[in-house]
Amino acid sequence: MKDAKTPDPPVDPDFEQRSLDAVCVDESQLQHPWWHNLKYTAWGLMFGVVFVKTEIISWFRIQEMFRFESFHMYGVIGTAVLVGAMSVILIKRLKARTMHGETIVIHPKEFNKGQIYGGLIFGLGWAITGACPGPLFAQMGAGFGAISITFLFAVVGTWVYGLIRERLPH
Amino acid sequence: MLEFLKQPWPWYVGGALIGLTVPILLILGNKTFGISSSLRHLCAACLPAKIPYFMYDWKKEAWNLFFVAGVLGGAMLAANFLSDPNPLVVAESTKTYLAEKGITDTSALLPAEIFAWENVLSLRGFFFFVVGGFCVGFGTRYAGGCTSGHAIMGLSNLQWPSLIATMSFMVGGVVMTWFILPYLLTL
Repeated sequence: MKDAKTPDPPVDPDFEQRSLDAVCVDESQLQHPWWHNLKYTAWGLMFGVVFVKTEIISWFRIQEMFRFESFHMYGVIGTAVLVGAMSVILIKRLKARTMHGETIVIHPKEFNKGQIYGGLIFGLGWAITGACPGPLFAQMGAGFGAISITFLFAVVGTWVYGLIRERLPH
Repeated sequence: MLEFLKQPWPWYVGGALIGLTVPILLILGNKTFGISSSLRHLCAACLPAKIPYFMYDWKKEAWNLFFVAGVLGGAMLAANFLSDPNPLVVAESTKTYLAEKGITDTSALLPAEIFAWENVLSLRGFFFFVVGGFCVGFGTRYAGGCTSGHAIMGLSNLQWPSLIATMSFMVGGVVMTWFILPYLLTL
Protein backbone atom coordinates (compact mmCIF):
# COMPACT_ATOMS: atom_id res chain seq x y z
CA MET A 1 0.00 0.00 0.00
CA LYS A 2 1.21 3.46 -0.83
CA ASP A 3 2.36 5.53 2.09
CA ALA A 4 0.04 8.37 2.94
CA LYS A 5 2.78 10.97 3.21
CA THR A 6 2.06 14.35 4.65
CA PRO A 7 1.52 16.38 1.51
CA ASP A 8 3.15 19.76 1.08
CA PRO A 9 0.14 21.80 1.95
CA PRO A 10 -1.36 23.28 -1.16
CA VAL A 11 -3.79 26.01 -0.17
CA ASP A 12 -6.97 24.12 0.48
CA PRO A 13 -9.67 26.44 1.77
CA ASP A 14 -11.81 23.53 2.89
CA PHE A 15 -9.01 22.05 4.97
CA GLU A 16 -8.18 25.50 6.35
CA GLN A 17 -11.74 25.90 7.53
CA ARG A 18 -12.07 22.48 9.04
CA SER A 19 -8.72 22.62 10.80
CA LEU A 20 -9.80 25.66 12.79
CA ASP A 21 -11.16 22.95 14.97
CA ALA A 22 -8.67 20.93 16.89
CA VAL A 23 -10.10 17.63 15.75
CA CYS A 24 -10.88 18.42 12.13
CA VAL A 25 -7.43 18.03 10.73
CA ASP A 26 -7.47 14.55 9.35
CA GLU A 27 -7.47 14.31 5.60
CA SER A 28 -7.32 10.64 4.80
CA GLN A 29 -5.96 9.72 1.41
CA LEU A 30 -8.20 6.70 1.37
CA GLN A 31 -11.77 6.63 0.21
CA HIS A 32 -14.12 4.33 2.01
CA PRO A 33 -17.77 3.52 1.48
CA TRP A 34 -19.99 5.22 4.09
CA TRP A 35 -20.60 2.09 6.14
CA HIS A 36 -16.95 2.08 7.17
CA ASN A 37 -18.00 4.79 9.59
CA LEU A 38 -20.01 2.21 11.51
CA LYS A 39 -16.81 1.14 13.25
CA TYR A 40 -16.94 4.50 15.02
CA THR A 41 -20.56 3.90 15.92
CA ALA A 42 -19.53 0.57 17.44
CA TRP A 43 -17.02 2.19 19.78
CA GLY A 44 -19.50 5.01 20.37
CA LEU A 45 -21.96 2.42 21.69
CA MET A 46 -19.35 1.21 24.15
CA PHE A 47 -18.65 4.79 25.09
CA GLY A 48 -22.33 5.53 25.72
CA VAL A 49 -22.62 2.51 28.01
CA VAL A 50 -19.55 3.67 29.95
CA PHE A 51 -20.99 7.18 30.27
CA VAL A 52 -24.14 5.82 31.89
CA LYS A 53 -22.62 3.05 34.01
CA THR A 54 -19.82 5.21 35.39
CA GLU A 55 -22.44 7.90 36.04
CA ILE A 56 -20.39 10.52 34.23
CA ILE A 57 -23.58 11.91 32.70
CA SER A 58 -25.03 12.55 36.15
CA TRP A 59 -25.62 16.15 37.15
CA PHE A 60 -24.94 15.08 40.74
CA ARG A 61 -21.45 13.79 39.89
CA ILE A 62 -20.59 17.12 38.26
CA GLN A 63 -21.83 19.01 41.31
CA GLU A 64 -19.64 16.81 43.54
CA MET A 65 -16.68 17.46 41.29
CA PHE A 66 -16.98 21.25 41.31
CA ARG A 67 -17.69 21.24 45.04
CA PHE A 68 -14.57 19.08 45.57
CA GLU A 69 -16.64 16.63 47.58
CA SER A 70 -15.98 13.43 45.68
CA PHE A 71 -12.99 11.89 43.96
CA HIS A 72 -15.06 10.06 41.34
CA MET A 73 -14.82 12.44 38.36
CA TYR A 74 -11.20 13.28 39.06
CA GLY A 75 -10.49 9.56 39.09
CA VAL A 76 -12.29 9.05 35.77
CA ILE A 77 -10.60 11.95 33.97
CA GLY A 78 -7.21 11.25 35.55
CA THR A 79 -7.28 7.58 34.54
CA ALA A 80 -8.46 8.50 31.05
CA VAL A 81 -5.58 10.94 30.59
CA LEU A 82 -3.08 8.44 31.97
CA VAL A 83 -4.26 5.67 29.64
CA GLY A 84 -4.52 8.10 26.72
CA ALA A 85 -1.03 9.51 27.30
CA MET A 86 0.56 6.07 27.59
CA SER A 87 -1.18 5.03 24.36
CA VAL A 88 0.02 8.13 22.52
CA ILE A 89 3.60 7.51 23.69
CA LEU A 90 3.37 3.89 22.52
CA ILE A 91 1.89 4.88 19.18
CA LYS A 92 4.69 7.40 18.61
CA ARG A 93 7.42 5.00 19.76
CA LEU A 94 6.16 2.13 17.65
CA LYS A 95 5.32 4.44 14.74
CA ALA A 96 2.01 2.61 14.73
CA ARG A 97 -0.23 2.73 11.70
CA THR A 98 -3.95 2.71 11.29
CA MET A 99 -5.74 -0.52 10.46
CA HIS A 100 -5.57 0.62 6.82
CA GLY A 101 -1.82 1.15 6.93
CA GLU A 102 -1.76 4.94 7.06
CA THR A 103 0.73 6.74 9.26
CA ILE A 104 -0.87 8.03 12.44
CA VAL A 105 -0.48 11.78 12.72
CA ILE A 106 -1.52 13.75 15.78
CA HIS A 107 -1.64 17.46 15.14
CA PRO A 108 -0.52 19.89 17.84
CA LYS A 109 -3.06 22.33 19.28
CA GLU A 110 -2.34 25.99 18.73
CA PHE A 111 -2.85 28.38 21.57
CA ASN A 112 -5.30 31.22 21.23
CA LYS A 113 -7.12 33.31 23.81
CA GLY A 114 -10.35 31.53 22.93
CA GLN A 115 -9.16 28.61 25.01
CA ILE A 116 -9.40 30.87 28.06
CA TYR A 117 -12.56 32.85 27.26
CA GLY A 118 -14.37 29.96 25.65
CA GLY A 119 -13.11 27.61 28.35
CA LEU A 120 -14.57 29.81 31.08
CA ILE A 121 -17.92 30.05 29.27
CA PHE A 122 -18.04 26.30 28.74
CA GLY A 123 -17.17 25.78 32.42
CA LEU A 124 -20.16 27.89 33.45
CA GLY A 125 -22.42 25.84 31.20
CA TRP A 126 -20.92 22.53 32.33
CA ALA A 127 -21.76 23.27 35.95
CA ILE A 128 -25.36 24.32 35.18
CA THR A 129 -26.27 21.51 32.81
CA GLY A 130 -24.03 18.89 34.41
CA ALA A 131 -23.00 17.89 30.92
CA CYS A 132 -20.33 18.41 28.33
CA PRO A 133 -21.31 17.77 24.72
CA GLY A 134 -20.72 13.99 24.92
CA PRO A 135 -22.94 13.48 27.96
CA LEU A 136 -25.66 15.59 26.31
CA PHE A 137 -26.02 12.87 23.68
CA ALA A 138 -25.92 10.20 26.38
CA GLN A 139 -28.47 11.94 28.61
CA MET A 140 -30.91 12.08 25.70
CA GLY A 141 -30.20 8.44 24.91
CA ALA A 142 -30.73 7.43 28.54
CA GLY A 143 -34.27 8.75 28.35
CA PHE A 144 -34.02 12.31 29.67
CA GLY A 145 -36.10 13.76 26.86
CA ALA A 146 -36.09 17.35 28.10
CA ILE A 147 -32.33 17.46 27.56
CA SER A 148 -33.12 17.74 23.86
CA ILE A 149 -33.83 21.41 24.66
CA THR A 150 -30.37 21.80 26.22
CA PHE A 151 -28.92 20.08 23.19
CA LEU A 152 -30.82 22.34 20.81
CA PHE A 153 -29.40 25.41 22.53
CA ALA A 154 -25.91 23.92 22.50
CA VAL A 155 -26.26 23.73 18.72
CA VAL A 156 -27.58 27.30 18.69
CA GLY A 157 -24.56 28.39 20.77
CA THR A 158 -22.22 26.73 18.30
CA TRP A 159 -23.98 28.42 15.42
CA VAL A 160 -23.86 31.86 17.05
CA TYR A 161 -20.15 31.37 17.69
CA GLY A 162 -19.68 30.72 13.98
CA LEU A 163 -21.68 33.82 13.19
CA ILE A 164 -19.68 36.23 15.36
CA ARG A 165 -16.28 34.54 15.57
CA GLU A 166 -14.54 37.18 13.46
CA ARG A 167 -15.49 39.79 16.05
CA LEU A 168 -14.37 37.79 19.10
CA PRO A 169 -10.88 38.09 20.59
CA HIS A 170 -8.78 35.04 19.77
CA MET B 1 -22.64 -11.47 35.01
CA LEU B 2 -25.55 -9.22 34.12
CA GLU B 3 -26.10 -8.41 37.78
CA PHE B 4 -22.44 -7.51 38.07
CA LEU B 5 -22.64 -5.18 35.06
CA LYS B 6 -25.74 -3.51 36.44
CA GLN B 7 -23.93 -2.07 39.42
CA PRO B 8 -22.36 1.36 38.96
CA TRP B 9 -18.90 0.89 37.43
CA PRO B 10 -15.90 2.18 39.39
CA TRP B 11 -14.04 5.25 38.18
CA TYR B 12 -10.93 3.37 37.05
CA VAL B 13 -12.96 1.14 34.71
CA GLY B 14 -14.72 4.10 33.12
CA GLY B 15 -11.54 6.14 33.01
CA ALA B 16 -9.55 3.38 31.36
CA LEU B 17 -12.21 2.73 28.70
CA ILE B 18 -12.52 6.43 27.95
CA GLY B 19 -8.73 6.75 27.75
CA LEU B 20 -8.61 3.79 25.35
CA THR B 21 -10.82 5.78 22.98
CA VAL B 22 -7.75 7.87 22.13
CA PRO B 23 -5.69 5.04 20.57
CA ILE B 24 -8.74 3.22 19.23
CA LEU B 25 -9.87 6.20 17.12
CA LEU B 26 -6.32 6.75 15.93
CA ILE B 27 -5.96 3.13 14.89
CA LEU B 28 -9.42 2.86 13.36
CA GLY B 29 -8.74 5.74 11.00
CA ASN B 30 -6.33 8.40 12.26
CA LYS B 31 -9.12 10.23 14.05
CA THR B 32 -8.43 12.64 16.89
CA PHE B 33 -10.83 12.20 19.78
CA GLY B 34 -13.25 15.08 20.26
CA ILE B 35 -16.99 15.30 20.61
CA SER B 36 -18.03 18.96 20.56
CA SER B 37 -17.06 19.29 16.88
CA SER B 38 -20.12 17.17 16.12
CA LEU B 39 -22.21 20.23 16.98
CA ARG B 40 -20.30 22.24 14.39
CA HIS B 41 -20.82 19.53 11.79
CA LEU B 42 -24.54 19.59 12.54
CA CYS B 43 -24.58 23.35 11.93
CA ALA B 44 -22.58 22.91 8.72
CA ALA B 45 -24.93 20.19 7.55
CA CYS B 46 -28.23 21.79 8.51
CA LEU B 47 -27.87 25.57 8.51
CA PRO B 48 -24.53 26.82 7.16
CA ALA B 49 -26.22 30.14 6.18
CA LYS B 50 -23.13 31.16 4.16
CA ILE B 51 -21.16 31.65 7.40
CA PRO B 52 -17.50 30.94 6.48
CA TYR B 53 -17.00 28.90 9.68
CA PHE B 54 -19.62 26.41 8.46
CA MET B 55 -18.67 26.40 4.79
CA TYR B 56 -16.63 23.23 4.67
CA ASP B 57 -17.20 19.70 3.53
CA TRP B 58 -18.71 18.30 6.73
CA LYS B 59 -19.10 14.90 5.10
CA LYS B 60 -15.35 14.42 5.48
CA GLU B 61 -15.94 14.54 9.22
CA ALA B 62 -19.00 12.33 9.16
CA TRP B 63 -17.22 9.76 11.35
CA ASN B 64 -17.76 12.14 14.26
CA LEU B 65 -21.52 12.05 13.76
CA PHE B 66 -21.47 8.26 13.49
CA PHE B 67 -19.55 8.19 16.76
CA VAL B 68 -22.00 10.40 18.69
CA ALA B 69 -24.92 8.41 17.29
CA GLY B 70 -23.25 5.43 18.93
CA VAL B 71 -22.92 7.32 22.22
CA LEU B 72 -26.65 8.04 22.14
CA GLY B 73 -27.48 4.43 21.32
CA GLY B 74 -25.10 3.04 23.95
CA ALA B 75 -26.68 5.20 26.62
CA MET B 76 -30.08 3.93 25.52
CA LEU B 77 -28.91 0.31 25.82
CA ALA B 78 -27.38 0.90 29.24
CA ALA B 79 -30.47 2.69 30.55
CA ASN B 80 -32.79 -0.06 29.32
CA PHE B 81 -30.85 -3.23 29.99
CA LEU B 82 -28.14 -2.43 32.51
CA SER B 83 -29.80 0.06 34.77
CA ASP B 84 -29.19 -0.05 38.49
CA PRO B 85 -32.45 0.01 40.47
CA ASN B 86 -30.85 1.65 43.52
CA PRO B 87 -30.77 5.41 44.00
CA LEU B 88 -27.57 7.23 43.15
CA VAL B 89 -24.99 7.38 45.92
CA VAL B 90 -24.19 11.08 46.27
CA ALA B 91 -21.47 12.43 48.57
CA GLU B 92 -23.07 13.26 51.93
CA SER B 93 -21.96 16.90 51.95
CA THR B 94 -23.20 17.52 48.40
CA LYS B 95 -26.47 15.81 49.29
CA THR B 96 -27.01 17.97 52.38
CA TYR B 97 -26.26 21.14 50.43
CA LEU B 98 -28.60 20.23 47.57
CA ALA B 99 -31.35 19.23 50.01
CA GLU B 100 -31.19 22.74 51.50
CA LYS B 101 -31.86 23.99 47.97
CA GLY B 102 -34.79 21.62 47.56
CA ILE B 103 -33.04 19.05 45.36
CA THR B 104 -33.72 15.71 47.06
CA ASP B 105 -34.61 13.27 44.29
CA THR B 106 -31.51 11.12 43.68
CA SER B 107 -33.45 8.24 42.14
CA ALA B 108 -32.13 9.07 38.66
CA LEU B 109 -28.89 10.42 37.20
CA LEU B 110 -30.44 13.87 36.80
CA PRO B 111 -32.64 15.55 39.42
CA ALA B 112 -36.29 15.50 38.38
CA GLU B 113 -36.76 18.82 40.22
CA ILE B 114 -34.77 20.54 37.47
CA PHE B 115 -34.53 18.53 34.28
CA ALA B 116 -38.18 17.75 33.60
CA TRP B 117 -40.31 18.88 30.67
CA GLU B 118 -42.61 20.94 32.90
CA ASN B 119 -39.66 23.15 33.88
CA VAL B 120 -38.61 24.00 30.33
CA LEU B 121 -40.77 27.09 30.09
CA SER B 122 -40.09 28.38 33.62
CA LEU B 123 -37.41 30.86 34.67
CA ARG B 124 -35.47 27.96 36.20
CA GLY B 125 -35.72 26.12 32.90
CA PHE B 126 -34.50 29.16 31.01
CA PHE B 127 -31.22 29.02 32.92
CA PHE B 128 -30.78 25.25 33.16
CA PHE B 129 -31.77 24.41 29.59
CA VAL B 130 -31.37 27.51 27.45
CA VAL B 131 -28.50 29.47 29.03
CA GLY B 132 -26.67 26.31 30.11
CA GLY B 133 -26.95 24.67 26.72
CA PHE B 134 -25.93 27.85 24.94
CA CYS B 135 -22.80 28.21 27.12
CA VAL B 136 -21.83 24.60 26.43
CA GLY B 137 -22.15 25.00 22.66
CA PHE B 138 -20.69 28.48 22.40
CA GLY B 139 -17.91 27.93 24.93
CA THR B 140 -16.66 24.62 23.56
CA ARG B 141 -16.43 25.98 20.04
CA TYR B 142 -14.75 29.18 21.23
CA ALA B 143 -12.27 27.07 23.20
CA GLY B 144 -11.80 24.73 20.22
CA GLY B 145 -12.77 21.62 22.13
CA CYS B 146 -14.45 20.19 25.20
CA THR B 147 -13.57 17.74 27.92
CA SER B 148 -12.83 15.06 25.34
CA GLY B 149 -10.91 17.14 22.80
CA HIS B 150 -8.88 19.17 25.28
CA ALA B 151 -8.91 17.51 28.70
CA ILE B 152 -8.47 13.96 27.42
CA MET B 153 -7.06 14.04 23.88
CA GLY B 154 -5.05 17.25 24.32
CA LEU B 155 -3.60 16.37 27.70
CA SER B 156 -2.82 12.84 26.51
CA ASN B 157 -0.69 14.42 23.80
CA LEU B 158 0.85 16.85 26.35
CA GLN B 159 -0.48 19.96 24.66
CA TRP B 160 -0.17 23.00 26.90
CA PRO B 161 -3.01 24.93 25.19
CA SER B 162 -5.25 22.05 26.24
CA LEU B 163 -4.04 22.36 29.83
CA ILE B 164 -4.98 26.05 29.77
CA ALA B 165 -8.38 25.18 28.31
CA THR B 166 -8.94 22.48 30.94
CA MET B 167 -8.03 24.85 33.76
CA SER B 168 -10.42 27.43 32.31
CA PHE B 169 -13.21 24.79 32.24
CA MET B 170 -12.57 24.13 35.92
CA VAL B 171 -12.49 27.81 36.89
CA GLY B 172 -15.75 28.47 35.02
CA GLY B 173 -17.37 25.44 36.65
CA VAL B 174 -16.23 26.37 40.15
CA VAL B 175 -17.43 29.98 39.75
CA MET B 176 -20.83 28.77 38.57
CA THR B 177 -21.17 26.10 41.26
CA TRP B 178 -20.12 28.25 44.22
CA PHE B 179 -21.25 31.75 43.30
CA ILE B 180 -24.10 31.60 40.77
CA LEU B 181 -25.83 28.22 41.06
CA PRO B 182 -26.90 28.85 44.70
CA TYR B 183 -29.16 31.60 43.32
CA LEU B 184 -30.31 29.69 40.26
CA LEU B 185 -31.39 26.77 42.45
CA THR B 186 -33.78 29.01 44.36
CA LEU B 187 -35.64 30.05 41.18
